[in-house]
Amino acid sequence: MKLEVRDLGVWFADRRVVEVDSLELDRGETLGLVGETGSGKSMTAYAIAGLAPGMGARVEGSVQLDGRELTTLSQGAWRDIRGRRIAMIFQAPISSLNPVFRTGDVFTRALQLHGASKAEARTRAAEAMRSVSLSPDLLRRYPHQLSGGQAQRIAIAQAIALRAEVLIADEPTSALDVTVQAEILEQLQKLRTEEGIATLFISHDLAVVSGLCDRVAIMRDGRIVERGPVRETLTSPQHAYTRELLAAVPRLGEAGSAHA
Amino acid sequence: MLEVRDLVVRYGPVVAVDGVSLSVPKGPAGFGLVGESGSGKTTIGRAIVKLVEPESGSIELDGLDVLGARGGDLKRYRKGVQIIFQDPDSTLDPRMRVRGAITEVLRAHGAVPRAGEAARVTELLEQVGLQADHADRLPHQLSGGQRQRVSIARALAVEPELLVLDEPTSALDVTVQARVLELIARLREERSLAYLLISHNLAVVEQLCEQVAVLYLGRIVEQGAAALVLSQPAHPYSRALRAAVPELSEQLPRPATTRADPPDPASPPSGCPFHPRCPLAIDRCRQEEPQLREVAGRMAACHRAEDAVRGQSEASDQRS
Amino acid sequence: MTAVAAPAPGRAGALTFVRRNPTLTAGVVLLVLIGLVAVLAPWLAPHPEDAGTATHPFQVLRPPSHSHPFGTDLVGRDLLTRVMYGARLSLRIVIEVLLLAGLIGIPLGLVAAYAGGAVDQVIMRITDVFLAFPALLLSLAISFVLTPSVGNMTIAIAVTWWPWYTRLVRGEAASVITRPYVESAQTLGVSHTRVLFRHVLPNSMTPVIVQMSLDAGGILLTAASISFLGLGAQDPTPEWGLMVSQGAQYFSTQWWFVTFAGLAILLTAIAFNLIGDGVRELLDPRRVITR
Repeated sequence: MKLEVRDLGVWFADRRVVEVDSLELDRGETLGLVGETGSGKSMTAYAIAGLAPGMGARVEGSVQLDGRELTTLSQGAWRDIRGRRIAMIFQAPISSLNPVFRTGDVFTRALQLHGASKAEARTRAAEAMRSVSLSPDLLRRYPHQLSGGQAQRIAIAQAIALRAEVLIADEPTSALDVTVQAEILEQLQKLRTEEGIATLFISHDLAVVSGLCDRVAIMRDGRIVERGPVRETLTSPQHAYTRELLAAVPRLGEAGSAHA
Repeated sequence: MLEVRDLVVRYGPVVAVDGVSLSVPKGPAGFGLVGESGSGKTTIGRAIVKLVEPESGSIELDGLDVLGARGGDLKRYRKGVQIIFQDPDSTLDPRMRVRGAITEVLRAHGAVPRAGEAARVTELLEQVGLQADHADRLPHQLSGGQRQRVSIARALAVEPELLVLDEPTSALDVTVQARVLELIARLREERSLAYLLISHNLAVVEQLCEQVAVLYLGRIVEQGAAALVLSQPAHPYSRALRAAVPELSEQLPRPATTRADPPDPASPPSGCPFHPRCPLAIDRCRQEEPQLREVAGRMAACHRAEDAVRGQSEASDQRS
Repeated sequence: MTAVAAPAPGRAGALTFVRRNPTLTAGVVLLVLIGLVAVLAPWLAPHPEDAGTATHPFQVLRPPSHSHPFGTDLVGRDLLTRVMYGARLSLRIVIEVLLLAGLIGIPLGLVAAYAGGAVDQVIMRITDVFLAFPALLLSLAISFVLTPSVGNMTIAIAVTWWPWYTRLVRGEAASVITRPYVESAQTLGVSHTRVLFRHVLPNSMTPVIVQMSLDAGGILLTAASISFLGLGAQDPTPEWGLMVSQGAQYFSTQWWFVTFAGLAILLTAIAFNLIGDGVRELLDPRRVITR
C-alpha cells in the first residue's frame, strides 16, 4: 500500500486554500499533519478522502493509492474505496454517527456493502469491538447513548472491521478529555502495530503528534513549511514557524513564569 | 478574599457541584481548578459570578455574603468579580462595535465621565495589547485572540479584584494561547489581580497558579500548592490525569485508569466516586466516601493516598 | 480603511445585490412606485377635491375617458383620483398596524423570554386567548363594537396581530438570552433594560422583520375586507376595499368602478409579498449559505 499526493491544490472560488507539493504515506506508517486554524490541514485530508468536491471545492493535482488516481474517481467508485480502503474518523465522534440508527446497524450494513454476509458482518463487528476494548453490546445503542470516547472507539473499530488500509483521522481526540484521549491514542498506536494501517493524523497538538507519529508535516497558509521524521523535526526544527509552534506548547514541569 | 464554603449546585437530578470549599487570596494570586468534562469546574465559576443559583453553601467576598446580596451590594460585587468565557466568538454581541461593548460597561458603573470614555477605551485596549483603532471594529472583524483580548479589556474596565477565567484559551490556537497567557500573567502583576483559572490543561494551570484544586464528579479530590499537586499528585485520579497529558516526547501518554469512561453524573458510584476507575480501589473505597485530609503536604480525599504517594516515589526511584 | 475584504459598495455592489435578490428588487421597485403615487397624490391627481366630499351629480358613473381615465363613481367623483388617494390610506394602515402590533407584541415577547416563570406564563396565555379566535373574525367583531372608521379598523387589526410577534420574539429571545454575550453583559453589571434592548432585542429581530414583511400584504387585504364588509372606512373616505364594495354591484354594467380599485389592491399586495419573500430569502439564516 502506498498513498502518494502530488501538487495538490484545493480552491474555493478563486481562493486557493491548499497548495501541497507532495505527501507520501506507506503501510504501517503514521504521518502527522500539524497546523493551526486556517492552515488547510483538514481540507488537505478531505481532498485526499475525496470529500472536498462535495464541500464546494475544486481539487487539482493528483492523489494516488497504489498507482490508482483518486481525484478523477466518480462518486460511485469512491463509495467502494472510502470505508473499505480509506477510512475516516472525525473530531466530533457522536455527531458523525447518524442519530436515528443503532450503531451496530450502520456498522454491519457497511460491512455487507463491502461484500460480507449478514452473519459474517455481525461476527466481524463484534470482533472489532473487542479489539478496541469495547463490549459488542454497545452496538445495540444509539449514538446519543454513547460517550465521546466510546463513539470514537467504535469509529476505529469500523476501520478495523472493514480492513481499511489508510485511516484519515481529523483531530480525533481534540474534543475528548485527556484520560480518554490517552486511550484513543493507544488504540491508534495498536491499529498501526497490529493491523499495519497507515494513518494520516491531522492535529493542532504537537505533543500528541510527537508521541504517535513517525513523520510530521507542518502546515501554514495551505503549504507544508517543514517535514521530516518526528524526532528530528521537533528537536531541531528548521523553519521559524515550527520553532514558534514548539515554543508555544505549554509544558508541565517548567512551572512558574507568572510567579517566578 | 473570596471564600466558597460547601457549595452545592444541582441541575435536575445531577449534582454538578457537591460540597466544594475553596478560598482565593487577594491578588496577585492564581487559583486553578482542573478536571475533565462533568467535573463541575465550570459550574463553580458560574456560581461565583451568579449565573447559576447554588442549592446550598455560601460564597463570601471580603465578608460580603454574595448569595444574599441585593441592590448596591450586588452591584459592587458584580464590579469586583468578572468572568472571561471560553469561546471568544460568542461572548461579544455580533452587532456591537468594540467601543460600544467597552463603554457600555464603563457607563453601567459610572466608571468615568462621558468626556473621558474615548481615552479610557484606548487605554484599556492598549493594556490588553490592542490598538486604538480596534475600537471601531465589529467582533467578526477580529481574530479569536483579539476577541478574547477585547473580552479581557471589558472585564478590566470595571477594575475587578477577581477574575474567573473559564477555559480562557481553550478555543485558541497554541501560538495565540501563549500570548493570551502572557497577557494574563502581566495583568496579574500590574493590577494585583486574583483569578480563578478553570482549565483542563494542567500545564496552563501550572504556569499561572500557585494553588490548585482537582475536581472529579463535582468534588475536590485533591488540593494544594500547584507545583506539588501537579508534579507529584497523591490522589489516583490526579495521577491518572497527570499521566494522560501528552508531552513532547516519543512516548504516548499512559492511560492510567482501568476504564476510561467517567460514570453517569446522575447516579454517582457509592463510596469514593472514583473507585470504579481506580487501580488502587479496595472494599473500603466502595463503601466509605473519603474526606479531604492532609497527605504529604497537600489535601487529598483518598483512603489510599499514602500508598499512592509511596508507589510514586518508588517508581521515580526506579527511573533514576 | 485600506485593504477591506468586502466588495466595495457602489454601482457594482448594487448590481450584484439586484442580481442576487430579484424578488426583493422587484417588490421594492413596485412599492416605491406605489409610495410615490401616494405621496404625490395631491399633485398628480387630476381632481384632488374628489378624494373628499365633493359630488358631481351630472357625471355619475361615466366610463373611462380623457378627463377621467378610470371613469367616475356613483356620485360622479374621479376614480383615478380616489385610487391614488387610496394608496395613501392603504399604506398608512399597513404601517400603523405593523407599528402598533410591533409595539405591543415585541416588548411583551422580550419580557416573557427574559423574566420567564409566572410572567412568561401569563403573557403567553393571553396570546393564546387572542390566537384562539380566527383573526379576521376577531377584527370584524372589534370593528363592529368600536363604530366603523379607519382608525378603529387599524386598532382592530393590530389587536389581532400582535400575539404573533410576541410568540416569535419570545422564542428567538429565549435562545439569544442563553448566548454568552448576554451572560457576559449581565455579569459585567449592565442593567436589565439595557441588556434587553441593546443585546437581546437587536439579535432577536430578524425573524420578526421577515414576518412583518410577509404580513404586510395580509394586513392590506384584511383592511380591504373589513371595509368591503362596511365595518371599516366609511364614505367618502377613498379606501380601496370600500370602493370595491360600492362598485361590486355595478360590475356587469359599469365595470371600471370596481376594477381599478381591485387592481390597486392586487398590485400592492403583490409588491408586499415580493418584498416579504425577498426579505426572507435575504435574512433567513436557514437559507443555504452561498459564498
